[in-house]
Amino acid sequence: MSTSANPPYMMIVGLEVHVQLLTESKMFSWTGTKFGLEPNTLCDPVNLGMPGTLPVMNFKAFNMALKTAIACGCSIPHYTKWDRKNYFYPDLPKKYQISQYDLPFSLGGSLPIPADKEGNGGKTVRLTRIHLEEDTGKMVHTSGQESEVDLNRAGTPLMEIVSEPDIRSAADARLCLEELRLTLRYLGVSDCEMQEGSLRCDANVNLHIDTPAGKVATPIVEIKNLNSFRSVERALNYEADRQYRKWKEDGLTIKDAPKQTRGWSDPDGLTKLQREKETAADYRYFPEPDLLPVVVDDAWVERLRAEIGELPGPRRERFETAFGLSPYDANVLVEQGKDVADYFDAVVALTDQYKMASNWVQQEVLRSANAEGISVADFPVRPAMLANLIARVGRGELNTQQGREVLGKLMETGAGADIDQIIELGGFRMVSDEGPIREAIQAALASNPKAMEDLKTGKKKPDAIKGFLRGQVMKATGGKANPALVGQLMDSILAEIEGSG
Amino acid sequence: MQLTNLTATQVVAGIAARKFSSEEVAKAFLDRTAKLASLNIYVHLDPEVVLTQARQVDRRLAAGENVGPLAGLPVAIKDLLCVEGEPTTCGSKMLANFRPPYDATVIEKLKAAGAVLYGKANMDEFAMGSSTENSCYGPTLNPWDPTRIPGGSSGGSAAAVAAMTAPVSLGSDTGGSIRQPAALCGVVGMKPTYGRVSRYGLIAFASSLDQIGPFTWDIPDMALLMEVISGGDPKDATSLPDAVPAYSREIQKRPERLRIGVVKEFFGEGLDNEVAVAVQNAIEVYRKLGAEIKDVSLPHSKYGIAAYYIVAPAEASSNLARYDGTLFGHRAKDYSPVDEAEKDLPALVRMMMATRAEGFGAEVKRRIMLGTYALSAGYADQYYNKALKVRRLIRNDFEAAFREVDFLIGPTTPTPAFKLGEKSANPLAMYLSDIYTITTNLAGIPGLSMPCGLSSEGLPIGLQLVGPAMSETALLQAARLFERETDWHTRRPQN
Repeated sequence: MSTSANPPYMMIVGLEVHVQLLTESKMFSWTGTKFGLEPNTLCDPVNLGMPGTLPVMNFKAFNMALKTAIACGCSIPHYTKWDRKNYFYPDLPKKYQISQYDLPFSLGGSLPIPADKEGNGGKTVRLTRIHLEEDTGKMVHTSGQESEVDLNRAGTPLMEIVSEPDIRSAADARLCLEELRLTLRYLGVSDCEMQEGSLRCDANVNLHIDTPAGKVATPIVEIKNLNSFRSVERALNYEADRQYRKWKEDGLTIKDAPKQTRGWSDPDGLTKLQREKETAADYRYFPEPDLLPVVVDDAWVERLRAEIGELPGPRRERFETAFGLSPYDANVLVEQGKDVADYFDAVVALTDQYKMASNWVQQEVLRSANAEGISVADFPVRPAMLANLIARVGRGELNTQQGREVLGKLMETGAGADIDQIIELGGFRMVSDEGPIREAIQAALASNPKAMEDLKTGKKKPDAIKGFLRGQVMKATGGKANPALVGQLMDSILAEIEGSG
Repeated sequence: MQLTNLTATQVVAGIAARKFSSEEVAKAFLDRTAKLASLNIYVHLDPEVVLTQARQVDRRLAAGENVGPLAGLPVAIKDLLCVEGEPTTCGSKMLANFRPPYDATVIEKLKAAGAVLYGKANMDEFAMGSSTENSCYGPTLNPWDPTRIPGGSSGGSAAAVAAMTAPVSLGSDTGGSIRQPAALCGVVGMKPTYGRVSRYGLIAFASSLDQIGPFTWDIPDMALLMEVISGGDPKDATSLPDAVPAYSREIQKRPERLRIGVVKEFFGEGLDNEVAVAVQNAIEVYRKLGAEIKDVSLPHSKYGIAAYYIVAPAEASSNLARYDGTLFGHRAKDYSPVDEAEKDLPALVRMMMATRAEGFGAEVKRRIMLGTYALSAGYADQYYNKALKVRRLIRNDFEAAFREVDFLIGPTTPTPAFKLGEKSANPLAMYLSDIYTITTNLAGIPGLSMPCGLSSEGLPIGLQLVGPAMSETALLQAARLFERETDWHTRRPQN
């Protein structure tokens, strides 16, 4: 946290998160929702609001939103409806947005804030509501008088998650959002790419300041243009600091000043005033007559609940308790995505080398998959094969380095690989014969007189010198020597030399 | 044989029997349309487009193909139904250059049934009006008396049939916009149950009230058209998935029950005496047919106009917001500030304002303002939300009435067709011409207007039959009973 140790105030933060749902088609029409295409190529008469066209609800989007709400423990009213939010802006083709006003499909619920090493988190944030709506298009303000509009995004299913003002620090806000993103990715309802706008966040923040006369609240500020989790954290800390300084200057409280909207500027590291509103804009909400209300019964909710599966929080806990992983390792496996945790689960189902499995998945599998630019779900070495390999390393048939090399070969060969054949043909069996290892040690000692000299004079730490020498031996044996045996024999040879000298 | 005098059923049968070709039919109607151009019925009519479709039907019939139940039948289309590649303007300068890249679902269905899409019929701008005087193309004249209005907003579609410039047409009804002009033009007009016909491609006025329906000379033609255009549609979430009955066959039968309610509130102040007499005579016809006639009350119907003129403009203010010059339709060329106050506004906002000021007519602007006000913070509870409560009460009234009777009967309009300009200066007087039709839209139930007399001035009088939701079959059967006993539906205007 960048704020001073004990500021005389409490930060009060609530979040409004917009999440684009990962559907094939738009919320109320048939065009696709892909990001990054040529402007205005994802348009159909309905999402352009052309005369005479009518919206039809995308059931898949509704189910995704419903699933999210169930996962967040929200209460699901049996009756929900659509409303029109009316305002004139060119990014809104119909000049109204189909949204949900007084009867959203989801109420209440909460989001977890996982604890981190710095002592943040370990709490939950209550949700006010979640509702579903259609996204707007995007204005492109080029130079000069003209503005351009790209309607590819218009009509994309958008879920708005509104939290209660339960967050008390910028770090908690970031942790909460990270966990939300992870949860949504686990649920498969959104890719949550902030850079592409599929997850967007506004934060409402003010301060409760302790004064001799009692608690004072500063005017609420809504921060927009937050396009990374880091910027959320920075902007909140900046804003807390700014509000405190401002209050010390003018003493204005929530009762004296209207709510402000301020935009975060990442390069400048500060927020800038966008607008001040005395009252809420008049959107003239009314029930959307072109769509039917949706009646959600218990069977529907239960059907979706059954599809949810294990969420990140419970999974971390299980990885710690069932497999003895450290909170750090459990978290890495979980936060890298559902496919990584699934992969790990599949490996440990076949081997009891839990710690080794955790290391291998985190290091070898993730690193190779990232290098190849593929997801772990598509990683050519399947969990059963990795479990087999890990078991061999665990039994001492292969040393760690050989295991890595075998894994490389397995990756090259792909799905149909025969591990026995690869080990045989590659000569990866570990050498545990004393003769050749002894020879290699003696050769290494002979060709490194400087090291031997250092060892005698005690100029350097003996462990470091021995480590270097062991490395020379491994190199000379092509990495095949049994490392434990190398260490053991080297110690005894050095002891002999010392004794004789 | 005068082809333009035929009903749709006769036209379809004649083409199928090769008594005449689809092209001959199209030419006959095109000739008559040209002769009656002064009635200003069509706002877009390209004879080549019509003839090309007719010849195509003839070729397919010659090749022995099954072209469909409407093979070769010209159908005039209210200018708010989207036809791919054809002008679809809603009678508004705002959409003067709009050609939709898609067909309305009803248009797709007509095409699939082998119909020949005829001209686009005039209408009150964005279907807002009861006289077709609010069109940027000027008013349509009543074929029975060109000094009078044809009703509205589907005045062009009603006049198209009445003037025998098309055998049938499609319109839309939000508060009476099919039934009122049908009554004033002496033809049959039906507003189906809300959701019975897909609204996809119908340019919205008030989404929760709009419904597409046909204009025809008689009930067999109505059944023929309803059978083609009805049905659920995956593109309209508010459409009803129920199977479509074989209306044409069903209308041969008598309705299962014939308890008819005479709505007390529809015979009060403002009802023209000749209209009252004609409707009473019609009730007597039903009595002689063995109907049980009962007096019923719809106590909340007196709030119908008030509730409607909050709900409909509220929805319209939102539906019409998209016409702001940014994406499609009219865009003002000059949007320099008109006064000091506008100088500080961004150019974009001035462009939207100037576009809407130029593109919309007075009635549309009036309703947008009404609706915007009714939905505004601080007023919504008092107006919009209250109107929704009234709507619920009106619906309850109908439900209570339908526990006692099978149909409701009454006049479609308080008076026969009024003079051009007579009510233009008084919006409220104009709104009252929908007083008997508006409540069925608020309740979402079907209603039908059919000719039941002529005034002493020779003007048609309409009889309205209303039934519970999805009672189209019974409603058509009951109407057909009356039609068999009378000849009002065979009367044609002079000319």
